[in-house]
Amino acid sequence: MSFLRNLINGISLGSVYAIIALGYTMVYGIAKMLNFAHGDVIMVGAYVVFVAMSNTMPAVPAVLLSIVICTGLGILIERIAYRPLRNASSPLAVLITAIGVSYLLQNLALLIFGSNPKSFASVVNVPDLKLAGGKLTITGETIVTIVASLVIVFALTAFINKTKPGQAMVAVSEDQGAAKLMGINVNGTIALTFAIGSGLAAIAGVLLCSAYPQLTPYTGSMPGIKAFVAAVFGGIGSIPGAMIGGILLGVIEIFGKAYISSQMADAIVFAVLIIVLLVKPTGILGRQIQEKV
Amino acid sequence: MAAMLEVKNLGISFGGLRAVNEFSISIDKGELYGLIGPNGAGKTTVFNLLTGVYKPDTGVIMLDGKDITGRKTIEISKAGIARTFQNIRLFGGMSVKDNVKAAMHNHFVYSPMAGLFHTSSYRNAEAAMDGKAMELLKVFELEKDADLMAVSLPYGQQRRLEIARALATEPKLLLLDEPAAGMNPQETEELMDMIRFVRKKFDMTILLIEHDMKLVSGICEELTVLNFGEILAQGKTSEVLKNPDVITAYLGE
Repeated sequence: MSFLRNLINGISLGSVYAIIALGYTMVYGIAKMLNFAHGDVIMVGAYVVFVAMSNTMPAVPAVLLSIVICTGLGILIERIAYRPLRNASSPLAVLITAIGVSYLLQNLALLIFGSNPKSFASVVNVPDLKLAGGKLTITGETIVTIVASLVIVFALTAFINKTKPGQAMVAVSEDQGAAKLMGINVNGTIALTFAIGSGLAAIAGVLLCSAYPQLTPYTGSMPGIKAFVAAVFGGIGSIPGAMIGGILLGVIEIFGKAYISSQMADAIVFAVLIIVLLVKPTGILGRQIQEKV
Repeated sequence: MAAMLEVKNLGISFGGLRAVNEFSISIDKGELYGLIGPNGAGKTTVFNLLTGVYKPDTGVIMLDGKDITGRKTIEISKAGIARTFQNIRLFGGMSVKDNVKAAMHNHFVYSPMAGLFHTSSYRNAEAAMDGKAMELLKVFELEKDADLMAVSLPYGQQRRLEIARALATEPKLLLLDEPAAGMNPQETEELMDMIRFVRKKFDMTILLIEHDMKLVSGICEELTVLNFGEILAQGKTSEVLKNPDVITAYLGE
C-alpha cells in the first residue's frame, strides 16, 4: 500500500514538473533558447494567488488572474530581455540574460514580500478520495494536479498539430529564416510561445504551492531546475517527452526519498539524468539529428 | 508594359567588401528573367536584399509600383515576393501538405480561440487551406505524398515542394535560387517544363539564379550577369551569352 501511495505522490509531483517542463521545451524548441527565468515565473504566479486570496478573492478568479499576469510577464520578458539579443553573435548572451532575469525576479519578490515563508492556502476544493477501506488516501490536490496536466498536454498537442498558430510554431522551430520568408510572423509566434509557457508556469505554481504550502522568493528555482532536467530527460523540444520526463522524474524523486534516503533524493534525480544522457544523449523521445557530411 | 520589379542602384557592403554595387534591373510582368554569374558574384545577396533579409545601403526596390526598400521580410512576403533556397530549406519535420499550408498564413485568418474550440470559422478556413494545398500539390505531382514528412522526399521532389510552398504565399514575383542544383540532365529538363508551366498557369513573373547554362538559355528571355558584385552585362539572353566579357568571366582568358 505504501508503494502505491508513493507512486501516486510521485506521479502528482511529476505532473507539476511536466507542466513546468512544457514551458522549457516549447521555448527551447521554438526560440532555441533556455529560459532560466521560467522557474521564477512559477514563484510570481504563486505570489499573485497568495496576495489575491489574502484580499478575499475566491480561488478560481485568483488563479485566472495569476495566469493572466504571468502570461503578460512572459511576453514582457521576451520583448525587453530576449528579443533584442535574438540575433546576437553568441547564444551565451541570451542565456546569461535569462539568468539575470531569474535573479531580478527573485530579488524583486524578496524586496516586496521578504524572505519569511508565507503559508499558502490550497486553492483546491476537491474532497480527498479514500480507497481500500481508508488505507489509501488520494488528496484532492493530487487528483486536480494529475487531471490538469493531462488536459494541458492534450490541449497543447491539439493546438500545435491542428491550428494555424500551432503550425506556425512548428515552422519557426524548423527554420526561422525560411518561415519569415514564407510570411510567418516569427516575432509574434515566439511571443505566443512565451505567453503559453508562462501561463502554464502560473498553473504549475499554484498546484505546487497547494501541495507543498510554503512560499518563498526561491520557491520556483529548484522545481524550475528539475523541470529543465525533466525536459532534457524526455527529449528537449518534444511535448510528450516533457510529460514523460516530468512524471518519471517525480516518481524517481519520491521513490528515492522513500526507499533510499531523503537527503540523497535530489542527487539520485540528477544521477539518473546523467545515466540517461550517457545512453541516449537526445533524451527519451528526442529527435536524432543526422548531420550530413 | 509596366515593370513588375524595378530595382535602381542597389548596393550593400559587408565590412570593407562591396558585395553588391549599383545593381539595377527591370523585369516585366510575366517575364522569365535569369541572374547568372560566377560563384561569389553576389547573386544570392541580391535575393537576400530583395526579400529584406539584408537591408540595402543604397538604392530603391519597387514591386508592382510600390516602394518596398528596407521593409521587413514579412512585409515583403505580404507585398508579394516569394523565394526558394539554394540549399533546400523545407520544414523537414512537417508533412508535405503542412509545408504548403504553413505558407498560406497571411491569406486565411481565424483567431487562436477559434482554433482551440474548432468553431465553424476554423473548420472553413482549414478546409479551404486543405483544398488549396492539394491543388498546388497536384500541379507539382506531389499529391500522393501529401502526408509524408517533407524530409523523406527524394531530392528532386523536395525542390518541387519548395516551389509549391513559395507559390502558396500567392506572390507576384517568384525568386528561384539555383532550382536545378544537383539535378541530372533529365530532371533539369523536367524542371524547365515545370517552370514554363508555372509561369503560364499562375501568370507568374520569375527571376531565377542558375549555373546550368542549358536551363538559362532554354527558358530565360533576359539575363543579367553579375561579376564581383557589379553588373557585367544585361539584355536579351542570346546577345548576353555572346558577349565576350561574359565568356571571359565564365571561362577565363
